[in-house]
Amino acid sequence: MTTSAVEATPYNFAYLDEQTKRMIRRAILKGIAIPGYQVPFASREMPMPYGWGTGGVQITAAIIGPDDVLKVIDQGADDTTNAVAIRGFFARTAGVATTTQTGEASIIQTRHRIPEQPLQSDQVLVFQVPIPEPLRFLEPRETETRKMHALEEYGIMHVKLYEDIARHGHIATTYAYPVLVDGRYVMDPSPIPKFDNPKLHQSDALLLFGAGREQRIYAIPPHTDVVSLDFEDYPFEVQTFDEPCAICGTRGTYLDEIITDDKGGRMFVCSDTDFCERQVARNQGVQNQSSAAASEKTEMTDA
Amino acid sequence: MLEDFTPSEAFVPEATAEDPPLLRASGVSHFYGNRVGCQDVSFELWPGEVLAIVGESGSGKSTLLGCLSGRLTPTAGVVEYRMRDQATRNIFDLSEAERRFLARTDWGFVHQDARNGLRMTISAGGNVGERLMAIGNRNYAAIRGEALDWLGRVEIDADRIDDRPEQFSGGMRQRLQIARNLVTGPRLVFMDEPTSGLDVSVQARLLDLLRGLVSDLSLSAIIVTHDLAVARMISHRMMVMRNGTVVESGLTDQILDDPQSAYAQLLVASVLQP
Repeated sequence: MTTSAVEATPYNFAYLDEQTKRMIRRAILKGIAIPGYQVPFASREMPMPYGWGTGGVQITAAIIGPDDVLKVIDQGADDTTNAVAIRGFFARTAGVATTTQTGEASIIQTRHRIPEQPLQSDQVLVFQVPIPEPLRFLEPRETETRKMHALEEYGIMHVKLYEDIARHGHIATTYAYPVLVDGRYVMDPSPIPKFDNPKLHQSDALLLFGAGREQRIYAIPPHTDVVSLDFEDYPFEVQTFDEPCAICGTRGTYLDEIITDDKGGRMFVCSDTDFCERQVARNQGVQNQSSAAASEKTEMTDA
Repeated sequence: MLEDFTPSEAFVPEATAEDPPLLRASGVSHFYGNRVGCQDVSFELWPGEVLAIVGESGSGKSTLLGCLSGRLTPTAGVVEYRMRDQATRNIFDLSEAERRFLARTDWGFVHQDARNGLRMTISAGGNVGERLMAIGNRNYAAIRGEALDWLGRVEIDADRIDDRPEQFSGGMRQRLQIARNLVTGPRLVFMDEPTSGLDVSVQARLLDLLRGLVSDLSLSAIIVTHDLAVARMISHRMMVMRNGTVVESGLTDQILDDPQSAYAQLLVASVLQP
């Protein structure tokens, strides 16, 4: 805590008091020790409403140090209200450096996306989770869902997928797609698109999940098996897009639909703004180097 | 009364005459505080046998059924069940995981109100398939095929497979509940007033179906009912309960045609004749 920004604020380092941070760290450690298990913790009131990432913010506050570099994304974007506000919050209360570049960050707090650029083993990804219980919409009683987790009674999870196929002809769940972690606990990966589910499997980075309102923390340690639930004859598939990104021209990334006018105009662009910007910069570099192959597009291969 | 409660020789199917009973209750009692739910009930149930428990409301029938099916823990007494590996075990010595597994594979439980036994917001096919998925079936086509087969067996049209039970009539819901319970091939089914609340023609059809399924699959069943006509139609043996205790037990026809205890006589005499 040498930066003047911190000295100027009346807050403890990273807002939370040290006792609270210790309590949260204990919950995180337990979560890492039992991959996919929802650890209850005494979630605090944060200076933001529930649903705006209070769980993720508490985890970040508990693990961040003065030397960390923080990146915050909201649906993949660095420049939306939630992301800007949380970055500003930690810049002010912890005085840490912030970045929008995935490769430079040591902690990335995310709402509903995993960055396109593969994460490294020295990075931590912190998810904001609205409803941590994957069984909640099928079984409303918390006492019962906890018993179902304890006894590994997960048949009902497949009933949900069965209903999807019966109604739509395919598994229509596209986000918050349930996964089985380390062969034991069924887990809600937070509302990330199922496009991102394969990135959970054998991830190099530590993945932490925080649900502030529901008071739960859970984790996927690095190099853990994470399997998306499916049927033998209806295997798990990720979304694919026909078009490349309208801005950077990359294929194989997750695209957002942007409505451009009220006459039906639309475009599909990368939801990961940092990745998209770097692709644009790279394309321009290629263009400058060889003006002959100006229209050549970069193809992204799946890692 | 209870000592001479053994099924007559003529009644037990020959192949199983020397087998140990499927279920044995010994001195089962359940108290709600000072009040008696059921007291000192003992009996044995053999494979392929249907036992009716009759009595007026508040006589302890449903409490007894709860104890037998592991839903209530008896205050005293033992309920032993012969597992698929032929080992007879006290169901309250099993771990909760084992008991729940037993309850969703080897047992069925048909509730009086189908809402308690079905998932109302999930399609008929999903309701029937749930137990299959719970025991690890992960092939959609196979699950759906099995569900269709069972819907057919309980006389529900195949084109209703994707409809939710909310859209079903009372009789259909009850039949769906039966299909959902029988899909894993249980050996013992508990039924709590399966036909009450249905009009008589629907009731008759359901009973007919139940009787057919019980004999085709050589199921054992314990049926709680206040309706003596239902008991006569479907059960081999019967126990009459009053104030938590068994006042008379024996062959169904014997009790209904020649009741011995005063209370059983009253009960039989109270049946309205159309």
